[in-house]
Amino acid sequence: MKKFIWATWILVTLAIAGYYGYILLKADNKQALLIGETSHGHFQIELACSSCHTEAFGGPELIQEACVGCHGAELAEANDTHPKKKFTDPRNADRLSVVDARYCVSCHTEHRKEITAPMGVTLPEDYCFHCHTDIGDDRESHRDLAFDSCASAGCHNYHDNRALFEDFLVHNHSGPWLKEMARLTNPNGAAILASKRVPEQQPTFPEQKAAHPDIHKAWSGSNHADAGVDCGGCHSDVSSGEWLEKPGIAQCQTCHIHEAESYKSGKHGMRLAQSLPAIRPADSKLPFKETALSLQQGCNSCHSAHRTDTLFAASEACLTCHNDDHSRGFASSPHGQLLTRAIAGVIPVEQAVSCATCHMPREENIVDGETVVQVNHNQNHSLRPNEKMIRPVCMQCHNLGFSIDALADPALIRNNFNGKPATHIPSIDWSLKRVAD
Amino acid sequence: MKHVKKIAIMTTLLASSLVITACNEAPPAKAGIPPKLYTDSLFAVMNADRANYTKLIIQRLGPNGAGAIKPDEHWKEIENGALLPAQMFRAGSEAVAEVTDEFTYSLQSLWPINKQNAPKTPLEEEGLQYTVDNPGENFYGEEKLGDVTYFTAVYPDVAVSPACTTCHNDHKDSPRTDFDIGDVMGGVVIRVPL
Repeated sequence: MKKFIWATWILVTLAIAGYYGYILLKADNKQALLIGETSHGHFQIELACSSCHTEAFGGPELIQEACVGCHGAELAEANDTHPKKKFTDPRNADRLSVVDARYCVSCHTEHRKEITAPMGVTLPEDYCFHCHTDIGDDRESHRDLAFDSCASAGCHNYHDNRALFEDFLVHNHSGPWLKEMARLTNPNGAAILASKRVPEQQPTFPEQKAAHPDIHKAWSGSNHADAGVDCGGCHSDVSSGEWLEKPGIAQCQTCHIHEAESYKSGKHGMRLAQSLPAIRPADSKLPFKETALSLQQGCNSCHSAHRTDTLFAASEACLTCHNDDHSRGFASSPHGQLLTRAIAGVIPVEQAVSCATCHMPREENIVDGETVVQVNHNQNHSLRPNEKMIRPVCMQCHNLGFSIDALADPALIRNNFNGKPATHIPSIDWSLKRVAD
Repeated sequence: MKHVKKIAIMTTLLASSLVITACNEAPPAKAGIPPKLYTDSLFAVMNADRANYTKLIIQRLGPNGAGAIKPDEHWKEIENGALLPAQMFRAGSEAVAEVTDEFTYSLQSLWPINKQNAPKTPLEEEGLQYTVDNPGENFYGEEKLGDVTYFTAVYPDVAVSPACTTCHNDHKDSPRTDFDIGDVMGGVVIRVPL
């Protein structure tokens, strides 16, 4: 009997070790190795284990490198208020014993979805308080504030405070809530830059061209035709040059580098960056339309293959899939009405506000010595915390005070800004008072 | 005779082993640069770089010179904005922290504009006060932070131009508003793990 128990134990142990060994070393699907549900930020790439766990052994430094590899540039651009370099001085040793702020995972622990807050934070909401306990001594206005309200009341963020620091509040305290001539700059990045990358020699594919006269006609009036991108410019395999029935991001990014790179940094394209199959609405837990659940996302999801209608891409394309309150409220919102009027030709396109105006904002960049306006295709770039949107988006048309208040009103966000903010964040008032005193 | 030879060999071996053992047990000769010389040298470089940035960049290209750059606390917010000398100094300290932990340094004050630059450890406070009470003198000491003992040096930071005193005296976050040229406004704290 004893021998039997021993034999069974050894067999079971070997079977379990063999199973996990096979998954670890050989299997394509490593789902069984996940130690907990992944956060909304990373669930799409949870099966690309090596995107974060770059080596089997190496400790927290390697994980940190992986975090910085994807998020470092954005944090630097945001003038990160709490970069690692502020915490490596030994004089901060006592603070590190409370929260080790040198490592992202101290606050953003992955595979712990049950304790993950909307910003991906896995600490209790009073994390600011531990180091800034004495803020009430410096600022009268902060004396009786709740210990968990610093980063949850529209006043501060841990990383990105570009629109929230005191001098900015004071400098931008005035102005009408809506600028009289609110106009946006039209993007020209693709027209200027992508057209320079069109290959001189393109396969001609005369047979396919002759077989699809309707498509050829549609293409002939497009920006691609103007830029000299023939059928073979897109419908050819990048390496072999053979005819390709359905081009994908590999073909688009030969000319549209910035658009493709930013797309792959966002929720729509992050799986493509890890060589995983493209995301479908069905893979997400957000509310989507039943009819769209199985649509794999790619450039063509929004940009019709042979017509380059960016107004469609900027709004209607989004609403093909998205079905939450905010999305459904767009058409009847003041922003949506502007878009409707622009499409009807009643107002200039520069005055239209689409989904992309806010979620894929236009950025002025200097590329090869030339100033161009490019669309950032990373929809996540300014999404969370939403105060990131204030400077690049809201303040294009609104003043700072209105923008802060509007973004702090969840009901107003839900109905897509159909009305005025019901809340008022006093940060500008407090700043003005402190300066006056 | 045979025994004598045996005893001689044994004695020689014993003596040799004693010498070798003694050599092994002797405290190692102090090698490398003494901490004080090390921090003094680091400070010399820091101070020279800072003076050069102030003279050759800020004064020459700023509003009192060619007017090509605008030194400003929020330099990223304005076109042609340039770091103030104190910010440039801190940027250097942060860049050093990214490549080594063999030493760290910071600019601190008993009257800081940014509260994070106030002394945190008792030795920092003692050192900053010492440099204020003893003009022209540096302060040196040892302190234990976490599990590590550090050699900590504090060098006085003296107001050398009206730009220093005006900015600190007029800043809304400054706890002291009566700095004069020649006053010790703060100190450079250099820390080396021992």
